[in-house]
Amino acid sequence: MRGQIKRTADTDRFSRWKRTGVTSAAMATTTVARGSADAGSKAKRKAPFPVEFYRSALGKKYVMALTGIMLMGFVFAHMVGNLKMYLGAEDINHYGEFLRELLVPILPRTVFLWLLRGGLITAFALHIHAAYSLTRMNHAARTVGYQAKRDYIAANFASRTMRWTGVIFALFLVWHLFDLSWTGTGATWVRGQAYQNIDNSLSRVPVALLYIVANLALGIHLFHGAWSLFQSMGWNNPRFNPMRRNFAAGFAGLIVLGNVSFPIAVLAGIVGN
Amino acid sequence: MSTELNLTLKIWRQAGPDAPGAFDTIAAPGINDEMSFLEMLDVVNERLINDGKEAVVFDHDCREGICGTCSLMIDGQAHGPQKGTATCQLHMRKFADGQEITIEPWRATAFPVVKDLMVDRSAFDRIIESGGYITAETGGASDANLTPIPKPVADAAMDAAACIGCGACVAACPNSAANLFTAAKVSHLNLLPQGQAERYSRVEAMVDTMEDFFGSCTNHGECQEACPKEISIDFIAMMNKDYLKSKFKNRKTLSRN
Amino acid sequence: MELNSKIPAGPLAEKWTNYKFERKLVTPANRRKYDIIVVGTGLAGGAAAATLGEQGYNVKAFTFHDSPRRAHSIAAQGGINAAKNYKGDGDSVQRLFYDTVKGGDFRSREANVYRLAEESVRIIDQMTAQGVPFAREYGGLLDNRSFGGAQVSRTFYARGQTGQQLLLGVYSQLARQIGLGNVELHNRTELIDVVVVDGKAAGIVVRDLLTGEISSHSAHAVVLATGGYSNSFFLSTNAMACNVTAAWRAHRKGAAFANPCYTQIHPTCIPQSDDFQSKLTLMSESLRNDGRIWCPKSPDETRSPELIPEEDRDYYLERRYPSFGNLAPRDIASRAAKIVVDEGKGVGPLKNGVYLDFAEAIGRLGEDTIRERYGNLFEMYERITNESPYKMPMRIYPAVHYTMGGLWVDYELMTTVPGLYAAGEANFSDHGANRLGASALMQGLADGYFVLPNTISNYLAPQLGTTPVPTDHPEFQAAEATAKARFDGYLAIGGTRSPDSFHQELGKIMWDYCGMERTKTGLEKALSEIPALHEEFRKNLRVTGSGETTNQTLEKAARVDDFFELAQVMCLDALTREESCGGHFRAEHQTGEGEAERDDEHFAHVAAWEWTGNASAPNRHTEPLTFENIHLAVRSYK
Repeated sequence: MRGQIKRTADTDRFSRWKRTGVTSAAMATTTVARGSADAGSKAKRKAPFPVEFYRSALGKKYVMALTGIMLMGFVFAHMVGNLKMYLGAEDINHYGEFLRELLVPILPRTVFLWLLRGGLITAFALHIHAAYSLTRMNHAARTVGYQAKRDYIAANFASRTMRWTGVIFALFLVWHLFDLSWTGTGATWVRGQAYQNIDNSLSRVPVALLYIVANLALGIHLFHGAWSLFQSMGWNNPRFNPMRRNFAAGFAGLIVLGNVSFPIAVLAGIVGN
Repeated sequence: MSTELNLTLKIWRQAGPDAPGAFDTIAAPGINDEMSFLEMLDVVNERLINDGKEAVVFDHDCREGICGTCSLMIDGQAHGPQKGTATCQLHMRKFADGQEITIEPWRATAFPVVKDLMVDRSAFDRIIESGGYITAETGGASDANLTPIPKPVADAAMDAAACIGCGACVAACPNSAANLFTAAKVSHLNLLPQGQAERYSRVEAMVDTMEDFFGSCTNHGECQEACPKEISIDFIAMMNKDYLKSKFKNRKTLSRN
Repeated sequence: MELNSKIPAGPLAEKWTNYKFERKLVTPANRRKYDIIVVGTGLAGGAAAATLGEQGYNVKAFTFHDSPRRAHSIAAQGGINAAKNYKGDGDSVQRLFYDTVKGGDFRSREANVYRLAEESVRIIDQMTAQGVPFAREYGGLLDNRSFGGAQVSRTFYARGQTGQQLLLGVYSQLARQIGLGNVELHNRTELIDVVVVDGKAAGIVVRDLLTGEISSHSAHAVVLATGGYSNSFFLSTNAMACNVTAAWRAHRKGAAFANPCYTQIHPTCIPQSDDFQSKLTLMSESLRNDGRIWCPKSPDETRSPELIPEEDRDYYLERRYPSFGNLAPRDIASRAAKIVVDEGKGVGPLKNGVYLDFAEAIGRLGEDTIRERYGNLFEMYERITNESPYKMPMRIYPAVHYTMGGLWVDYELMTTVPGLYAAGEANFSDHGANRLGASALMQGLADGYFVLPNTISNYLAPQLGTTPVPTDHPEFQAAEATAKARFDGYLAIGGTRSPDSFHQELGKIMWDYCGMERTKTGLEKALSEIPALHEEFRKNLRVTGSGETTNQTLEKAARVDDFFELAQVMCLDALTREESCGGHFRAEHQTGEGEAERDDEHFAHVAAWEWTGNASAPNRHTEPLTFENIHLAVRSYK
């Protein structure tokens, strides 16, 4: 039968990225009798249910949305905390110390901060892993692309560049950690002296520009991500739907405004020694 | 009333599933702007046959925008430039004299090209076979008015059920995801009281089958714009929610609210 | 040829119940020993395949579409009738039965129609259970609208997409059976011959539309649910691929073809706009609930419709048929439109339409209500014509829409070939000479869900223990060889004209001489022109491409070839039926007022044609129609 030949060919195309080879049996025999289409899927279901859930693309999107929310929370808190820059060196350095003292004496000093950091790192790792797997899946879903130019209607710059804005920001993040938390990047750097470190680093014009560009990328990423998460989480209600886009734009704008203000303030001399 | 258009068509020609394909430039002079897009292709084919050449293969049938057989990526847009319109209902008055029109088949790994502009959309059937039904064997149905369905519910189910299964959502999606198709099918049945018994097994099976063939949704919203029935991506959110519940809900207590 | 309708004995209301009790059964455990082929996956075929699969038979379903969901049942817009009487306005099985027989101009079998009316009630239950989102009232109960030819509100609907929703329901049940392995689906596979061995249906020969491969399938019984043949007119509201091939191939193998001249011309279609047009688009009959049909009183009218004052308009349906008005049955509304257009009062650039005007309804109900009821139809109209029906009246004109004729079947839906069944539009059974609106969906589903699955066991039960004829049987081999030669033949002619150009010319002959109004001279002219054109087809056809890959030109050639033969028997049937009834209007047989004049004395029968090997000279047989429960009356909608 023609069906068999053709579907076998399909199978080859899919087997590279399909979670299992189960459907290959179903597809190869589309024109002849076969068992219940979901009987096969059942057979492989052995892992604990959260793992099972994560194996599906929809599950990964949930994880991306959930970790996205966590990261958004961090980004927001980070930005608010950094506004202490405008109150002076003592305030922000004191704020840094406060973070290390969180939940003391229930927990020893810095333990809770490390728990938060652990959560953050896990969220980052999952967010990136899910994005990576989904991107691979999507590439496999269209091995031969359109040969003529596409004309997108709804898909905007933000939604189509998520993986690039994500990668740009992730790379920046590593640099940022070296710059202000771990070793410094050439400018005078003293552990624990947040205010002075920021001032010293951002006084360099190229570094200030790098911070601005990276935060713009973050803003673009958030513009789509903060909207998209509602869809992925299934948070959809006609009463609130119009507000979702506004929330995303507002949130992204706020973060960009806050974060970009720091290098500008340093360069302009509003903040600094 | 009607005017004549002289067009240049760039049409994808491919001899078979495994043959390489290429764009073929075909002049289409004297096209009446009252024609539908497919009638324009009929005219082009008629001329090709008269010239002893093989006609362009394309899927089409009802030409009323309901059977979902027609497809075509026209100038980079699924079903062409008119919103909420299948290719068969697109008319040539939407095009200008002298225009070059590029026509390509749907592109997705799950929709392999059969020939020229025709693709195989059987993957959609696999999704339905895995759970896109309410088990209602012939003869056992109770009176249709026994279960009242609030009008807004029936209307929402109908909005989802309007899907014609043409595949434009997959074709338009930058990721070749079939989430709009699957969500429309899932939501149609999951919204109705009759569909509740199989609600979670349905969404689970259909989504799993979908993911065996198609890409993932990254919420571009491109599908909604391409859909000739203008089906909303709200249904995708609804499907996502049901899928989550399908994984976590204790199904023994489903009848308790 | 014997035409035994096998109508069960007993009072009308008990016939079907008695039959169901008396028929032979196949026990559940034995059903898997039977193979059944179902060709076509629309409402009738899809429902039959799903139900037979559910019951436990081995079913092989065939569709020439890429998916069962594409069948043309999907395009039905308005609704489906059922004698539910939810509105309490006096509907009943008896009334639906009466309306249908009267609507069919007393040319259908009482017993069949009564069974249809009985089962109509269960169809709505069944489809609702499957999740068909029928329109609801605010209280949550099912809504109804009115359709032509009825004075009660009994039409269930799902916006303007009732056919689509019903077909998707049927398709979902079929898909479930495919998933369970009870039905084996062959898509993009077209029937090209029926094989009869020892006088019984043994199987079919099919062609794979993607590879051109020809193969055979055998079974204990074969069901054809392959739709109607309106496309013999080239321009019709049918989908592009609708064809008569399956029915015609069965006919050539011994199945009688009944009442081929009964074609329904639907009154509300968008008028043709030019010669390139490939098909006509229907505007649902439901529009006549609120739209008023009119034309200018003067043939010389040049004003835009909204500027024409009331006194210069002729609401001709309301004038001629005051009690049914704009909801007069289809045949009557169509002919009335033809009369005014022939008088030169047509509207539009080609003066080939009449107005369907919503201004009054919009004034009365508001634009929002009209949008809610007909929004999608209005949009479709605007897409095609570039005119908004909210501002301008629609222009409409009749177009070929449905064929009441088809393969002759007995009460069990079996054709004159034992083991070969026909269901849905492919058979001739229930609509007589004219079908009422919203009854086609009802018949297709009744046949597929409730009639065929009950009657087929009566034929299968005695065959327990037999196996289907193997497909290497000489009859299969011969049929395959003939089919192969036929398709190779089309490719080998190497003439100058495409299949479409022949189809178009054939369609014009049919429309001119076998359309809304037929005359003896016209039909005789058609009968001389068609064989000549068919001869030219055989000599001058050009099919480009090859037979080994998808070749839509080749597919079309084979379908047109069969239309040529069918067209002749349609004209012969129209010529020999010397009366006017329903969709068949002979100009020689009309009253002084231009109404159809039936001849019950000579033509109260079904005409069933037998293939003789010569398309121009088939044999005519008759099955008398007896009316024991209905008094034959002049059909009046005044």
